[in-house]
Amino acid sequence: MELNLNPNIKDPDGFYDELLGAHSGLSKDESDAFNARLILILANHVGDRAILRSALNAAK
Amino acid sequence: MVDVRYDIAFKLYPYEKVADQDLAPRRHPVVIVGGGPVGMATALDLGRKGTPVLVLDDHEGVGQGSRAICFAKRTLEICDRLGAAKGMVDKGVVWNVGKVFHGDKRVFEFNLSPEDGHKAPAFINLQQPYFEKHLVEEIRVAQSQGAPIEIRGRNGVTGMAQQGDHVLIDVNTPDGPYQLEADWVIACDGARSPTRDMLGLSFEGRVFEDNFLIADVKMKADFPTERWFWFAPPFKDSGASALLHKQPDDIWRIDFQLGWDIDRAKELRVENIRARVDAMLGENAEYELEWTSIYTFQCRRMEKFRHGNVLFAGDSAHQVSPFGARGANSGVQDAENLAWKLDLVVKGLAPDTLLDSYSEERVHGADENILNSTRATDFLTPKTEMSKIFRDAVLELAHAHSFARVMVNSGRLSLPCSYDGLSLNGPDALNGPTVSRVGANCSDAPLKDGFLLNVLGGDFTVLAIDTEVPQLADVDGITLKTVTLDTGRDDVSGAIAARYLGDAPSGIYLIRPDQHVAARWAVASAADIQSGVRIATGRGQ
Repeated sequence: MELNLNPNIKDPDGFYDELLGAHSGLSKDESDAFNARLILILANHVGDRAILRSALNAAK
Repeated sequence: MVDVRYDIAFKLYPYEKVADQDLAPRRHPVVIVGGGPVGMATALDLGRKGTPVLVLDDHEGVGQGSRAICFAKRTLEICDRLGAAKGMVDKGVVWNVGKVFHGDKRVFEFNLSPEDGHKAPAFINLQQPYFEKHLVEEIRVAQSQGAPIEIRGRNGVTGMAQQGDHVLIDVNTPDGPYQLEADWVIACDGARSPTRDMLGLSFEGRVFEDNFLIADVKMKADFPTERWFWFAPPFKDSGASALLHKQPDDIWRIDFQLGWDIDRAKELRVENIRARVDAMLGENAEYELEWTSIYTFQCRRMEKFRHGNVLFAGDSAHQVSPFGARGANSGVQDAENLAWKLDLVVKGLAPDTLLDSYSEERVHGADENILNSTRATDFLTPKTEMSKIFRDAVLELAHAHSFARVMVNSGRLSLPCSYDGLSLNGPDALNGPTVSRVGANCSDAPLKDGFLLNVLGGDFTVLAIDTEVPQLADVDGITLKTVTLDTGRDDVSGAIAARYLGDAPSGIYLIRPDQHVAARWAVASAADIQSGVRIATGRGQ
């Protein structure tokens, strides 16, 4: 498996909306904490260290 | 005179004037500088093997305080081979359960209960003075049986110079200075190693800027025998983290992480320590402060642990953070790695290049320990805003989700390292279990009477399981012991098969004196074993 950087989310606008919605009403600190939790949850779901490393690189 | 740097808990080797002090420098085969746990374990191991060893310590006994406190299974196995473990385990507090708290919430608990079939427990808590006392008591037993070990208290080393094939040592005593020569010096003189400075050697690494207040508190309390660790402790002024751990004699060890910018003298004032302990234990708790200290720590090591005829072991060679109990435990592994090699070199049975493998193997071990303890430190004391955000996110998620619990790092507890891929390893020609691969230390296993590690002992050993073994009494003068096991007869629990055979029908293991696997085969000839011993003693094939 390789890191998928092609469109993979159905209804991307809807997801984007949901992501922003999750931050709505949060302070900067709360949002930072939320993002950190989200990254950890998603990373655990991916699991594969090579893919995670590719994602870390892709995000640079 | 010799400076007194600390108060001692037990006076074990009072100063006595010896003839050397009035003579021209006398040559000793091995001089150990520093009589802490590493120095004494090395002395006992060498002496039991018959190699004369002189220990110089600038005090007359063991310093106070719980200090190292946690002694791991491998350390206890090594001490058992040396004859000193029983008293330690009898005296020590065996524990398995740890609880991790974040503020006033319990995040999770873990259980270290070891797999069955090991003689030694996973961990004991024991004040360091007791650990050293048991080693010295065993040295006294060994001496009475003829082991050539000498300990000189209040003999402080003040100078050292390599002289080609030996080392010249300046020693100071209450009766003034004298000089000694040593073929080999083992520097076990601790994190601030004067030997390292005398030889002008560097010590590279990371300094962690944090201070920890330790208190040994004596009280009758009914807390369970568990390791309790708090991130962001809820008690007043207890710092960024705190630890509570039980020791023998109704003594509890408490560590508070105070941060970097502190006034040490102020924090060490009894009323200030008591205020913190009161907040943790409750206002009405009755206790006595037995010993207190503030420590900072570093993660670093020397580039190599052998410099000519001087070898460095324990904290003098490498330092780690205390999270994970990797200081004294790794030092005792240094001791046993070095003792058999130096013994063979002193007896002329191996080339002195064998000692380079001591550095190679224990540098590998130190790097593993430094990596683990650096990671634990980064988790405990986040250095940036973002690392703190992630750390807190892990703790937050750990309440509800198991995946995050495994990321919570309050110290990964000490395990012996395997010498994977290093120079002394012979062939791995058995389709056997990973746990007993070439380079690994042998796992213990129960036998009909007793345990495997006791049977292996401290010689080169050929262990044959469910097969015949070529009889070889020695290889080039190095004694070879043979242990033959029949799983049908001897493997009472199935652990021998599980840990040494796996799917293989039989196996032959060549085991080093430090109980690490040197080579293994499905079938082996006398020539295979000979070659394995030569590789494991630094002589190539």
